[in-house]
Amino acid sequence: MPDVRLNNDPYNVIITGVGGQGNVMASRVVGGMLSRKGFNVTIGETFGASQRGGSVMSHLRISAGSCWSPQIPKGKSHLIISLEPTEAIRVLKDYGNPKVAVICNTRSVHSIGVISGDQVYPDLKDIKAWVSELSQSAWFIDATDRALKMGNPILGNIMMIGAAAGIGLLPLDCNDFKSVICGMVAPDKVALNVSAYDLGRQMVNCGND
Amino acid sequence: MSHLLEAKAGDRRLLMGNEAIARGALEADISVAAGYPGTPSSDIIESLARVAKERHLYVEWSTNEKVALEVAAAASFAGLRSICVMKQNGVNVASDFLLHLAGSGTRGGLVLVPCDDPGALSSANEGESRHFARMLEIPLLEPGDFQEAKDMIKWAFELSEEILNVVMVRSVTRLSHASGSVVFDSLPETDKTAVFRFDGPYLDPMKGPVLSLPVTIMHTRQQEKLKQAVAKFEESPFNTYIGPETPELLIISSSVCHLYSKEAIHILGLTDRVGLLKMGTTWPLPPKLMENYLGLTDNILIVEEVIPFLEENVKILAVELAPQIGIKKFFGKKDGTIPTVGEMNPDLVVTALCKILAVENDGVPEIYTRRAQELFSAGAPQREMTFCAGCPHRASFWSIHNVLQMDNRQGFVCGDIGCYSLAMLPTGFSTLKTLHSMGSGAGIASGFGKLGPFGFNQPALAVCGDSTFFHAVLPALINAVHHRSDITLVVLDNSGTAMTGFQPHPGLPVDAAGNSVPAIDVIRVCQSMGAIVRICDPFDLEQTQQTLFKLLERKGVNVLILKQICTLSPEKKAGKNFEMTVDEATCIGENCGCNQLCTRVFKCPGLIWDKQENVSRIDEVICTGCGVCASICPSGAIKNKEVA
Repeated sequence: MPDVRLNNDPYNVIITGVGGQGNVMASRVVGGMLSRKGFNVTIGETFGASQRGGSVMSHLRISAGSCWSPQIPKGKSHLIISLEPTEAIRVLKDYGNPKVAVICNTRSVHSIGVISGDQVYPDLKDIKAWVSELSQSAWFIDATDRALKMGNPILGNIMMIGAAAGIGLLPLDCNDFKSVICGMVAPDKVALNVSAYDLGRQMVNCGND
Repeated sequence: MSHLLEAKAGDRRLLMGNEAIARGALEADISVAAGYPGTPSSDIIESLARVAKERHLYVEWSTNEKVALEVAAAASFAGLRSICVMKQNGVNVASDFLLHLAGSGTRGGLVLVPCDDPGALSSANEGESRHFARMLEIPLLEPGDFQEAKDMIKWAFELSEEILNVVMVRSVTRLSHASGSVVFDSLPETDKTAVFRFDGPYLDPMKGPVLSLPVTIMHTRQQEKLKQAVAKFEESPFNTYIGPETPELLIISSSVCHLYSKEAIHILGLTDRVGLLKMGTTWPLPPKLMENYLGLTDNILIVEEVIPFLEENVKILAVELAPQIGIKKFFGKKDGTIPTVGEMNPDLVVTALCKILAVENDGVPEIYTRRAQELFSAGAPQREMTFCAGCPHRASFWSIHNVLQMDNRQGFVCGDIGCYSLAMLPTGFSTLKTLHSMGSGAGIASGFGKLGPFGFNQPALAVCGDSTFFHAVLPALINAVHHRSDITLVVLDNSGTAMTGFQPHPGLPVDAAGNSVPAIDVIRVCQSMGAIVRICDPFDLEQTQQTLFKLLERKGVNVLILKQICTLSPEKKAGKNFEMTVDEATCIGENCGCNQLCTRVFKCPGLIWDKQENVSRIDEVICTGCGVCASICPSGAIKNKEVA
């Protein structure tokens, strides 16, 4: 049994983004970290060619008790980690509620409808206002932009996990992160991932919202 | 070492459903595993292939699912335990052999694991494998969570060896691709020897020849085996009941649907009013157990996905048991309480319970839901499915589309299952006009190519992937050559079974476990049939288009191989070929006669249309540096600089 208590049981986290952004890896890292803490973790996700360029979601159920459904019921999310700004809105529509917390990456991924000019991608300023309106608390992180400066945009995901640890709603522990990431990336990439995680944690603590 | 092996007995690990199934197979001491890749099943064989050497297994990606089942059956006939894995459509392919196998019976334990995809999350259909169990008279088990996914495999092997027949364990996407906690058991350490005995009496199940003849004797024997399985199902630990002694309503469910049911009961606070019977042994249903639980109440709700398989079987039993249990009221698919298409979720069960028991769900305040819907409509542009940035298929279909336009005879493309199925959408310039099962593009084109005497004069093209070529295109291609059909087959060769995760296929010099094996040469295979074969790099648009244009003018069977490795393959992910830039002085945007050809029509996700500046740009995060957009820009504004 875990020695920390959750604010809600099951605690429901949605990690969302666009196919190819590394959603699956992010959910496995968070799931692995909480599983190491002794929680019963269930992760529901979909992947395969049909998700490329499309909206993707991973549902994480964290419980001190038993196995929960791999799909979170509508309106029952507690924390949404969005790797792409408009995806936060999409998830809030189905799974949001007035008490939800949101951590949102600010780097946009344009759908082909936007690229072709058939659709308009909203202003980041507006997205921030909308996400804030639909949540109890919201953090916006320039994760991909910072990750690019570190040399690899995919590190943005790890930064987002660091940010989730930083807001303190879940018992995400840096040592658990190190153990989990060691099993997932090449040994020479571990230090870089740990730096990205730390940077993400600092970004929310510095009031980057 | 694989995480499937490093954990000890009693350890708890977070495993994907497919990994749990693989671990179950290892704990059951299998020797052979065979399958064909297909989402959501592929990770099972992959997990086993990774430990093949350490666990002394033979693991293969077979040419197709029927061959996979035949390979697994051989191991069984030789006394070894084997597992065979496929996605739901694969059972259709394997079913001819499965019918005969179910009749002949097996020796070493043989477990068939189909992974269905309710809701078609990664499929072109939501076909069902459960019916094959009923139709072909073999036992069916359905794990309800991750722990069961592992434990049930072991139990299925024991059952298979008790009844000497194949046992089906059916998973679904939400189990196979979801992850949950699993407590490990120990791995056995045994030496096994394979021997095929055929020298005993004709009907001796362990020592005689393995046949489904004489049919009436063997069929009777098969049905006896099924009765044996039912007797075991009456006591199965995988059938569980949670709820009050006399519930107002009994939910009967299976697979992940029981988790949705459990959640719905929890959300509505109905634990004192609703009972939940979770069935792990779903065909044939154990009648004594069903009599006990159907006897608890007069109202029954059956929760399952897609077709009312469980519902029909429960109803048949309820009719037979009516003298003992009385008349029941059923809720489910037949009365419209539960949908018959798409996947289930907790909310659908909540809705059903609210309706049946006349209770209310205190959900999210309506004012919030309405506002969220408004902001969603304004602030979350829909994401249409697209080929990845730098995908060779986008370049291939750009060329095919343009050549068909130039040819101007209403030519079209028949397709099948693969990433290239997306060519039915604007991302592939809506080039694909038929889409059915594996290899069916070639077969359908072969038929179109014989309609000339009826006035048909449109060029019929077919596309297939390199793995599909071996799986199901070969017979269709032979058919086209043999009957002098006029078709052009385009093999979109991206060097692997890309859609499902780069599994090797017979055209590659490596097998599932990484051993070096002889590759079958697609070019020589096609040439030996008498087809004209051309090979191009799809990133070379000009050469590809010229070659295809000439082929379309030729009668008979033509094969164009478009060879370019998938952008997501481990080899290619390592680096870009080109550093792409847009020369802002040269790109004149809307003032150019191209009318934004690159972003409006080609629509690679690596491009950005900058409305304010009226120029195209490259998204440095998404662009993979294939260089194709430089070839389509008429004013040469998109530059590709070779990466050293």
